[in-house]
Amino acid sequence: MFALLGHNPADTLFAFFITPLMTINGISEWLLKASPLILIGCGLAIGFRANVWNIGAEGQLVIGAVCASGVGLFYPAPESALLLPLMVIAGMAGGMVWAAIPAFLRARMNTNEILVTLMMTYIATLLLSLLVHGPWRDPDGYNYPQTALLPDAAMFELFDPMYRLNTSILITVVAVFAMWFFTERSFFGYKMSVGGAAPLAARYAGFKQSGSIWMGLLISGGLAGIAGMAEAAGPLGQLSAQISPGYGFAAIIVAFIGRLHAVGIVLGGLLLSLLYLGGEAVQLSLGLPSALTSIFQGMLLFFLLASDFLIFYRFTPSPKPTKGGVT
Amino acid sequence: MPSFREIQEELPNVLETNMTPRLELRHICKRYPGVIANDDVSLSIMPGEIHAVLGENGAGKSTLMKIIYGAIRADEGEMVFDGNPIASHGPSVSRALGIEMVYQHFALFESVSVVENIALSVSGTFDLAALANRVRDVSKKYGLPIDPHRFVYNLSVGERQRVEIVRCLMQKPKLLILDEPTSVLTPQAVIKLFETLRQLAAEGCSILYISHKLDEVQVLCDSATVLRNGLITGTAKPKQSTPIELARMMVGADLPETHLDPSTTSDTPFLNVNHLTAPSDNPFGISLNDVLLSVFGGEVVGIAGVSGNGQAELISFLSGEVLFKGADTITLGGKDVGQLDAGYRREQGLAFVPEERLGRGAVPPHHLSDNAMLTGHRLGMVKNWMIQRGKANDFAAQIIRKFNVKTTGYESAANSLSGGNLQKFIVGREIELGPKVLIISQPTWGVDVGAAAFIRQALIDLSRTGAAVLIISEELDELFEVCDRLYVICQGQLSKSLDRKNTNVEEVGLLMTGLNNNSNSDNSKAF
Amino acid sequence: MDLFIAIFTGTIIAATPLIFAALGELVVEKSGVLNLGIEGMMLVGAAVGVWVSYAGLPMPLAIMSAAAAGALASLLFGVLALTFLTNQYAAGLSLTIFGTGVSAFIGKGFGSAPIDALIPLEIPFLTEIPVIGPLFFNYDPLVYFSFIMFGLISWFLYKTKAGLVVRTIGESPESSHAIGYPVIKIRYLAVMFGGAMAGLGGAYLSLAYTPLWVENMTAGKGWISLALVVFAAWRPARVLFGAWLFGSMTILQLQGQALGISLPSEVLSSLPYIATIVVLVVISKNWQFLALNFPTSLAKPFRPAE
Repeated sequence: MFALLGHNPADTLFAFFITPLMTINGISEWLLKASPLILIGCGLAIGFRANVWNIGAEGQLVIGAVCASGVGLFYPAPESALLLPLMVIAGMAGGMVWAAIPAFLRARMNTNEILVTLMMTYIATLLLSLLVHGPWRDPDGYNYPQTALLPDAAMFELFDPMYRLNTSILITVVAVFAMWFFTERSFFGYKMSVGGAAPLAARYAGFKQSGSIWMGLLISGGLAGIAGMAEAAGPLGQLSAQISPGYGFAAIIVAFIGRLHAVGIVLGGLLLSLLYLGGEAVQLSLGLPSALTSIFQGMLLFFLLASDFLIFYRFTPSPKPTKGGVT
Repeated sequence: MPSFREIQEELPNVLETNMTPRLELRHICKRYPGVIANDDVSLSIMPGEIHAVLGENGAGKSTLMKIIYGAIRADEGEMVFDGNPIASHGPSVSRALGIEMVYQHFALFESVSVVENIALSVSGTFDLAALANRVRDVSKKYGLPIDPHRFVYNLSVGERQRVEIVRCLMQKPKLLILDEPTSVLTPQAVIKLFETLRQLAAEGCSILYISHKLDEVQVLCDSATVLRNGLITGTAKPKQSTPIELARMMVGADLPETHLDPSTTSDTPFLNVNHLTAPSDNPFGISLNDVLLSVFGGEVVGIAGVSGNGQAELISFLSGEVLFKGADTITLGGKDVGQLDAGYRREQGLAFVPEERLGRGAVPPHHLSDNAMLTGHRLGMVKNWMIQRGKANDFAAQIIRKFNVKTTGYESAANSLSGGNLQKFIVGREIELGPKVLIISQPTWGVDVGAAAFIRQALIDLSRTGAAVLIISEELDELFEVCDRLYVICQGQLSKSLDRKNTNVEEVGLLMTGLNNNSNSDNSKAF
Repeated sequence: MDLFIAIFTGTIIAATPLIFAALGELVVEKSGVLNLGIEGMMLVGAAVGVWVSYAGLPMPLAIMSAAAAGALASLLFGVLALTFLTNQYAAGLSLTIFGTGVSAFIGKGFGSAPIDALIPLEIPFLTEIPVIGPLFFNYDPLVYFSFIMFGLISWFLYKTKAGLVVRTIGESPESSHAIGYPVIKIRYLAVMFGGAMAGLGGAYLSLAYTPLWVENMTAGKGWISLALVVFAAWRPARVLFGAWLFGSMTILQLQGQALGISLPSEVLSSLPYIATIVVLVVISKNWQFLALNFPTSLAKPFRPAE
């Protein structure tokens, strides 16, 4: 494919994958982009394990960013040390509320959450657009669809003023551990995985399905909301119409690549972040289109899903005797 | 002058054309891992003969029918149709020969109409109007009128069966196989069906009639072959035999006497079902009618019955997987539990082993330690919402050890165990919960002989520690081996309680097959 | 009156890509398969259509290439879902992402140079009729084709044996297999048909609706088409109705000021999505309404048993 574009494949791959990591700035960007992917991916995986399909993390991210920015912009004491924690809470709450709606609709009204979360994503994006074009638009912002810059106290601290990596990554680290703990060690996580793997067994054991639905959606929504908040209070510094380059959707791939396990998600997030960076790098250096990133992502997921089958096929245990085979 | 040899060669042919069987099975064998479904089965049917195949569930009847129809291949033996051996077989070969089968569980599509269903199996141009006319004609001719344009989801079960039969009749079959056709019919519909079948037989079609209902077989069938555990245990002319003779051939008379320690039962029942009536919410389900049941501590009680008579519905109510609205209808140790789900009922001392192991009793991809937690978590494996992995492992190891589960360890996945071993694990887990009441459904289905004996002994031992044990099983041998008392379930009704010492297989066999005169309900309807 | 005509025709035009994609997905879902990759397939179709057009090749060829590209893209999903039996949601999502990327890749370098768009057909005499003319007879060929497809698909599904087979496979692949029908093969054909239709829908966007290439130009129309199928309770006629509804929402947004509606455009734009949610909820509560047309085996992997 690279050859098609008239570039040496080896060089291109090098530029794609290795070059971005060769500078400290590169590493900082790498981690910066990986952080929301991993954060959201952890939340999504918890839901996927229980057969709860939150496709609308992008929308929850947006709402989280909106709520957090709202607090950041309008909180009466913009110097307060409480501002940042409050914004985190607001972001989380926003995401959770946005996810609570599909949760309610699925738990009580049996409505499929895939479409509802998707629709909610579009509504969220429109709401964002409404706010940044209208009431929240920065009057000094030259009519760009964005809010005023958030006050300093509302921003995450940078590790080093030269690079964009900030302390929000610590939230992600905590989340990864929490997710691991939840899925491997907690009883509720166990109950959710039973519900996803064998719903009849869950009913047999008395594990309620609605619990899984609420937990799956609220956790993923909350984490997506925090990720959104971190974008606004981090590299962007404000709320704008382009709050996320599709992190909510990319996180779905991260969750799958990571086989729904904490360690895998970390690796998957790092890999996908590298793909984003690589795409940008070759775009700048070699003039290759940024679309490559998406192609790679799609291909990656494709091969992963395909290999799933191949591995399983090879290791399938010999067929069990059915119930005597007679009626 | 033809030689003697030539005459000899001629003679059999002359004789044969007058007496060629429609179908001959010679030494048919079919084996599955762990069980021989059909063991050297031979039979023959003449044109126009109505031939019954009798046997309990698990006897091998359905497997045999599927072999005849070509859905399964026999391991040994051959089939001869109208004097011609069938070389390679399959459903299309059957249809070409004129063999049609009405399955016990119909394969009809509910979302489309009758004529559309039939059109799917019929080749030729797609002309629904013409086909509908043919359907009307055929169905009227045989006394099974149906409206071809009705949607199948609107049809009652009996009407659906009519569609299946008409579909077969439209192919002008030479051999019609019916698998338990009357289990879903009202008495009037049964009468109608028999008229149809007699008409068909009079036209020269042979009929293979699979059933366990002796009274019907006596009325309808010319001859019968009886299967038990894959073997033919006898043939008979039903109209000339007594039901008892037939029952004896079906369920066998040689039952080993088991040694049961005497035990004292508790004063009050641990599990009580009090006038449970529950209409079924789907057309294929069985409505439960005024079920009365009690199980005391220290005894083993069995519910005998052919699958499909309401066991699944009753069990779901008892286990808590389906909640029951009536008050004080299901009580555990005196406490009304109808509205409590399965988890809460375990708190009250209930344990349950379902007949589906993978997918219901155990989670297939999870390892045994996780599966031990499925119901065992209340034994201290959860503290502060966290799993105590060590305790779960110990519990799993304990089960594996005590119940002789052959596996590499508690890390192995549930779906890597053989059927028998997985069943031992699940039974072990539930017994190790130390329940007051254990309900177990089809305890040894598909389980090898050794594991089966082990499980039965474990159930007896459990009851002797004071617990109440309820076994639902199709195998009378098993029930007579381990139970102190027996009930029989038939069409959603439960019989009176029978003391094992005061009854025998024949009596129970009769009750299982529909001659239910002593139901303990107040409104025993004729069905 | 001119406003009315503008709204009416605008609605029809806006609905056309939705009609293509949704009808295609309807056939796919009727066979029991759920393909979430519509967005990706539409974009591929859009990009390929423009590519062929830029190459100077005639419009019909561009349109056919777009359809073919969509069908090819759908194979990605098909192999994953039907042969490898992966989770159909994940497979469809991977197609969306991949298709988005491929389309952007193809589309780079097009810039925003306009192409020779598909222009409305002038039907002699009919187009001249005042009022009726512009309302019904002033559309480009693809619009008329979308209605033809609607007719063909309705006829196919409900009046032919092949359509009956597809529908019953969707209800119970096991029973169909038992009768002897090649379930997997038929599902592949359905998936590819859906891909071709999605490609057509995308091509309409890039060749007629806004005749140029913009990255991500479907802007969620693929997802809306998916919702449309559920909204329509899997019946083709209701797909049309739903597409017009959504199309009218788009037009409302554009013509908002002219109509005197003073709500912010975002609120108007969000109406279709909110409407979808509402309808989904109502439908899911009332299963009898759906049950007859709902393909019972939807999204469940089918392993032909021996």
